[in-house]
Formats: sequence, C-alpha cells, structure tokens
Amino acid sequence: MQTRLYDIAHARAGDKGNCSNISLIPYRADDYQLLLQQVTETRVLEWFRCKGATKVIRYELPLLPALNFVIQDVLEGGVNESLNLDSHGKSLSYRLLEMSVETSAGTE
Amino acid sequence: MMTIEIPELVIGSGAGFAGDRADAALPVIEALAQYDCPRFLIYEVLAERTLAIAQRLKVDNPDAGYSPWLHKYLEPALGRCLEHGIRVVANFGSANPEAAARCVKEIARQAGYDEARVAFVLGDDLTHVLNTETIRGLPCIEGTSIGSRELVAANAYMGSAGIQQALAAEADVVLVGRTTDASLVVGPVAHVCGLADDDYNDLAAATLGGHLIECGAQISGGYYADPVAKPVQGMAQIGFPLLEVFADKRLVVTKPADTGGAVTRATVIEQILYEMHDPASYLTPDVILDITAVSVEALSENRIQVRGARGRKPTHTLKATVSLDNGFLGEGEISYAGPNALQRARLAVDTLQQRLEEINTDKVGVWRIDIQGTQSVFHGTGANSASQTADKTENLPTDSEYRVRVAMHSDSRRDAERATDEVLALYCCGPAGGCGVRQCVTPRIATASVLVDCAVVEGSVFIRFVD
Repeated sequence: MQTRLYDIAHARAGDKGNCSNISLIPYRADDYQLLLQQVTETRVLEWFRCKGATKVIRYELPLLPALNFVIQDVLEGGVNESLNLDSHGKSLSYRLLEMSVETSAGTE
Repeated sequence: MMTIEIPELVIGSGAGFAGDRADAALPVIEALAQYDCPRFLIYEVLAERTLAIAQRLKVDNPDAGYSPWLHKYLEPALGRCLEHGIRVVANFGSANPEAAARCVKEIARQAGYDEARVAFVLGDDLTHVLNTETIRGLPCIEGTSIGSRELVAANAYMGSAGIQQALAAEADVVLVGRTTDASLVVGPVAHVCGLADDDYNDLAAATLGGHLIECGAQISGGYYADPVAKPVQGMAQIGFPLLEVFADKRLVVTKPADTGGAVTRATVIEQILYEMHDPASYLTPDVILDITAVSVEALSENRIQVRGARGRKPTHTLKATVSLDNGFLGEGEISYAGPNALQRARLAVDTLQQRLEEINTDKVGVWRIDIQGTQSVFHGTGANSASQTADKTENLPTDSEYRVRVAMHSDSRRDAERATDEVLALYCCGPAGGCGVRQCVTPRIATASVLVDCAVVEGSVFIRFVD
C-alpha cells in the first residue's frame, strides 16, 4: 500500500546559502526503519531535481529517531539570489512530505 | 515553579528573528522572575542581510546602523528585567553596537534605572582589521563569488568570549553585533558555571541549548503547527521558550504558564535539526557540537529534557559573511478570480512574458513568472521564462482564485521598476477582472561565507560600558 510521508512523519526545512536541510521525523519510532529503507539519498535527489538539486547527503539519527537531508543547489541561488517567492525554501519540508512510501498492511 | 531541583541558571528568549512579536518577552520575564537562580533574557534579531543594510546606514550616519527593532523590543521589557535582576544579552548591536548601547542606556534611564550597566562588544567587523583586497581573497566556502562587486560589509561570527567578559564585568545588558546565535546562550552558561575553554562537553550542551531557543517560538509550536496532524493550541499567545540548565548540564526546555503553544518531544526534535547539516559536526567558535548521542525526553506537560551533547575542540578558523551589492529585486502581483480564472491568469502570464522580452532587448535583468495557486514555490524555472505551469495545473479547478507574480532581478532600480509596472499596466491592458496589484522594489545584498583565521580578530575584541 502506498502511503504519503505526510501521514507517518513530520519535517522542517532550514536554509544555508543555496542548500536546504530538511529533517524527517516519524510520528511512531517503529516507522524509522521504513524511512531508512525507502527515503534514500537517490530518491530525494530525484524528488528535488525539478528545483535544481545536484546532491543529497542523508544523516541518520536513530536515537531521536530522525533523518536529516542536506540538499545542495536546491534554492535557486538562496535567499539573496532566488526569484522564487519562497526564497528560503521554507515550504520544501512539505514537498518532501508529498513523497509516497510502500507500507505493509500491518504498518498502516 | 514546581521544580524540585533548582537549575544553575535559566535563559529565556525574547525574540527569535527580526520580525518577531514584541510582547512575547513579557510572560517570559514574569516566568524568569519566579526562579531563584541567575536569569537571562536573549534577543536574536540579526539576519545576514539585516547586518549589511545596517552597515550602509552607518556609512551615512555614524549614530545609525544598530537594529531598527531595538526600541520595539526593549521599551516594554527592559525596566522589568532590571527590576527583577534579569540580565539581557542581545545582538541589537548589528553594525553599531556602541550606538545601540547608548540607546539602551537611555531606555534604562527612562525606566528609572540610571545606574544600569550597559556593555557592548566590538570585534566582529573585519573591515577594521583587514583591507578590502585581503577580504576579497579569503577562501569562500559557500554563496556567491565575490568578484568585483562593491563590498558592503564583512563580519566574522564571533564566539561567546566577549559576552562572557562583559558578564564578568557585571553588565546588566550586553549588546553584540555578529556572533553565532548560540553564543547568546553559551556566554551566560559559561559565565555562571565557570566553564573553561576546553570544557568541550559542557560548552556543547550550552551550544545545543542556544540552538534550541535562539529561534524563539520555533521550539514551542511556531513553524510547526499543522491542524489535525500536529495541532497546537493558542497560537495567538504562543509562549516563548525558557531553557533551564542544571549542574550536570542537563537541559530542560519549557515555556511560561498561561501562554499558548506547546513544548513537546516533536517540537524539540524539529528544532534540534533546524539549519543543521552534519549532526556530528556543528561548527562554532566555542566548540564543535555533536548531537548524535542526544536524547529527548518528556518530563511532564511542556517540560522536555535534552541531554547527551558532546563537544570537540573548535577549528582555528571563524566563518565570516561578506556582503556585496547585488542590484534590485522587482516584484509585481495581480489576481484573477471566478469563472475561467486559471485561463485568464495564463493569458496574463503570456502577455507579461512578451512585454518583458521586449524590455530585455538590452539585457536588463533576469525574471520568472508564476501563477500562485498552481505549484509556484515547489518548482524551479529557467531564467527569463514563465514557470512551466501547464503540467502542474491538470487537476486544478479552472474557476478559482489565482495570483500571477513576476519577479525580476536587475542591476538598475529603474529596470526592476519597469518589470513591476508591466504588472500594474495589466489593470487596463490585461485580461478581464484583474485585481489587487501590488508592486515592490527592494535592494538586494549577495553574501559569501568565507573563513578567516581566529588570530586575525583575536586582538580586536573588546568590551566597553556606556557612561
């Protein structure tokens, strides 16, 4: 079954220059493994290519638990250069949460 | 307060960014007054661009260049802080900490505290210690290439040393320019707990504490709330955070009683990772913070404990922001509503695109055109084009409300204005029912992050008090 990340996790975006970092935090700690397996660097890079992303680094924080994605060149130059209405990329957390993952029947 | 164990110190946030609520500090001050330990209130209001604009104001007027928000925040708050012995640490100094300190002294006098000790810290302005050519040659780690553009400002992110010295000299209020945001908290913690420069784990805990509360309401439900998924009550009276620091450097984040918002594991975890890149190496001048072993635990409602920060010796370089003149941004918007609004908005986009191409025969700028209400912010666009809205509007209602937006960057104010004037002209020359035109032209500052050796600024840091 396909589930939107929005339904199982929350996220927050921050900016530094032309990079965005987006945290991804499961509501239930049990879903961390699922995020770890399916929300990969490659997939996130593809997901943000329409915004110009060139590289994604994923950091794992199993104790919180949470993932932290650092997405390079995704802010159209960053807050001082971008022509996008959202020059900080503050809305990009919700772009990530639009992604779907495969959940088994028991996971919901 | 029902806490059994008394903290070593408590630090409250009065503001987390330049445009924050001015009245949010008042319940924080009342809550701080209840604690029987050293108490501090911090204000973090200094964005990179803000500092560059302030630098320009100072060139025109030597008494200007401090935060334009200083009066808004401190006039209602400073008297109460001084009354309760709550010390204030803030970056209202911006490009001119000395002028800010004189203003704060005057606000204190008017509140009846003639003897208030107001300190300011100097030393972050690289133009005082390096010539322009040297600054242009510093290694760039992020941002625009410096090139030949006019240099507006160059400021190093200082650590907490200056703040610590000012507090040791019994300052009631400490005003800084550019420091790391976390330094506003590290300074008080290091001062009260007597931390040495190599108490890395304790400095790391203090840095994490600063990172947690420096954005104000972002840890108590702001930038978090989402009805149903992440509901937060009382957003109109959201409580700004209080950070309790215990002897073993455990941190507890809480908020004043009878305020809105919420401090939960989820709000705290979102803020821990906010603007963080490598969680094992968050670089600051005081310490390298590693949060990979941090745990977050709910003690009771709105009381969240954070512990496990680890620290390493900082590098020998400081990050500095070099600000450069970067022309102008012109923005214009117009709305369409009701039957066939989406098609009328598209006609407006096509019309604007043709008009801007005509203007641009002499290459005056770069632009993009979007329809808000489609997926404008989620999509990039090639320069000088309308955003590819067709593929994003398949499932959108034709009859709704849409807003067309043009953004043009140009080196000349006049050309940026011409782009926004094309939106205004759509009132009479555009599709039917166009409404609500807004135009705005703002100067732009580009920034580059560079590295500078700590030794360069070491000798230039000093603390003074206003007479």
